[in-house]
Amino acid sequence: MVDTGIGSYFKFSNVDWPSMGIATWETVWMTVVSIIVVAILGFLLGLLLFETTNSDAFLIKALNWIVSAFVNIFRSIPFIILIVLLLPATQIIMGTIIGAKAALPSLIISAAPFYARLVEIAFHEIDHGVLEASEAMGATKAQIIFKVLLPESLPALVSGITVTAISLIGYTAMAGAIGAGGLGNTAYLDGFQANNNAVTLTATVIIVIIVFAFQLIGDFAVKRIDKR
Amino acid sequence: MIEFKDVSKTFDAKVGTVHAVKDVNLVIPDGKIYGIVGYSGAGKSTIIRMLNGLESPTTGSVTVNGSEISALKGKELRDQRLKIGMIFQHFNLLWSRTVLENIEFPLEIAKVPKAQRKEKAMKLVELVGLSGRENAYPSELSGGQKQRVGIARALSNDPEILLSDEATSALDPQTTDEVLDLLLDINKQLNLTVVVITHEMHVIRKICDHVAVLDSGEIVEQGPVLDVFKNPQQTITKRFVNQETDSGSAGDTNTAVEELLKKYPQGKIVKLTFHGEQASLPIVSETLRQFDDVDLNIIEGNIHQTQDGALGSLYIQLLSDNQQSIDGTLSYLQTLRVETEVIERG
Ligand SMILES: Nc1ncnc2c1ncn2[C@@H]1O[C@H](COP(=O)(O)OP(=O)(O)OP(=O)(O)O)[C@@H](O)[C@H]1O
Ligand SMILES: [Mg+2]
Repeated sequence: MVDTGIGSYFKFSNVDWPSMGIATWETVWMTVVSIIVVAILGFLLGLLLFETTNSDAFLIKALNWIVSAFVNIFRSIPFIILIVLLLPATQIIMGTIIGAKAALPSLIISAAPFYARLVEIAFHEIDHGVLEASEAMGATKAQIIFKVLLPESLPALVSGITVTAISLIGYTAMAGAIGAGGLGNTAYLDGFQANNNAVTLTATVIIVIIVFAFQLIGDFAVKRIDKR
Repeated sequence: MIEFKDVSKTFDAKVGTVHAVKDVNLVIPDGKIYGIVGYSGAGKSTIIRMLNGLESPTTGSVTVNGSEISALKGKELRDQRLKIGMIFQHFNLLWSRTVLENIEFPLEIAKVPKAQRKEKAMKLVELVGLSGRENAYPSELSGGQKQRVGIARALSNDPEILLSDEATSALDPQTTDEVLDLLLDINKQLNLTVVVITHEMHVIRKICDHVAVLDSGEIVEQGPVLDVFKNPQQTITKRFVNQETDSGSAGDTNTAVEELLKKYPQGKIVKLTFHGEQASLPIVSETLRQFDDVDLNIIEGNIHQTQDGALGSLYIQLLSDNQQSIDGTLSYLQTLRVETEVIERG
């Protein structure tokens, strides 16, 4: 006789805590590793988009168009479909399609274009006069990027990475459900399929706590940096 | 020395070709404050931006201290830019940096070592009167203070030239005067060439030695500030000069004159114009001493200081039973080289 009533959600004696701990670690690991790669990749893509807008040169225009198209296409593919689409590529790159490692390519490819757009928007929000003033002072392109663009848009970049991290946590759960491990996997396999509602609830609560933690850290960081 | 030679600039805008600057020839001597005045869209910013290569002329050449800016590229242009400071209407400070760090920014660009940067920046903080505020962020400063930071920043690489694009247009009158005094002070102290762009004649009068009047991309008049104020040639120049000397009270004077004409039908209303040292002589009392049967009634007057001396106008009413004394007074004033203009009735 399987217990499926409301009370079943609170039978925490049914929770296998050590494996819940491992699943939590897998989720955090997938999120953190992919967010680091996404931050770098998204920053570069966003910078490329920003630097190539409003150019008259044909080659630069073409480059902008290609990057823009790439970003828009990968941003609009639903994540669950992207995973499936990337399975063969994942097999080649990571050597497996199971486990936390296997989730990384799809996580990164879906989040990087999203973050790239946020980066581009953040750069466009910088007062044009400030960039021009730097140019007038004799700054090189690299100096403008690292001494002006980056620090002046830092609050927006950080809050963008927070938003991206949170949607990445959601993606890890989805990836988990189809074999990538982590809390999504636990909630689906050990919770739902094993009729163990307490496990599902616990996994949910832990995910919510992780999301809140990311949000808090992000908000705190933005507050510290923003001197406007 | 700065030289514009047959400089024209056209933009291809959506509305068609915009002729922003037309055939400008200009020589700006070292160590002077040179003003360019014009209405919005006259092409002032376009002209000043050619001096640091933010804009390049379509035809003609722009030369700064012997090097042709309009022909420089890459590193050469950047090195030249280090020697030209610029301040802006909206200050354009980095909000993520403190006052001190903002002033250090051009020094970082020039790759000056950290210790030296800090020392230099501290000196400039003092020069612009912001001691004690060096660790504040721009968001914590008033507009006038922000512009002081802008000025200090523009001076940090010891430029030969300082460009000012409407640097006081976002400030209130009192703060404007403070910032202008600072610019004047810096020009004197550092013997720096300053190019000032403005739409306010007040700025020109207060600090400039020379002025050029720009109308739809063309320089229609130029010369020493006092000459242009004394003797404006073009209609647009007259409008600019009036904007300053009448300071909006022309209407009041006319009503006062009409009322006085009505009140004292027998008197003579005269407008006196002084320039240079006459404005500081006791002309009125001197005149009254000469003609003791003349009464003098001051209706309105103003005196403005320019870099080359004072400029003033005075409306007076001369009353006397003796017509000859009035005529005598007028010719006496003329011998003192005061311009007189009798305001006729009716
Ligand atoms: N990048 C550009 N593209 C097209 N047109 C331009 C560009 N820059 C300036 N113009 C045009 O050139 C003319 C002169 O502009 P400029 O900015 O030099 O005027 P200004 O005298 O500085 O005006 P303001 O007092 O409003 O700053 C204007 O008609 C403007 O529309
Ligand atoms: Mg302008």
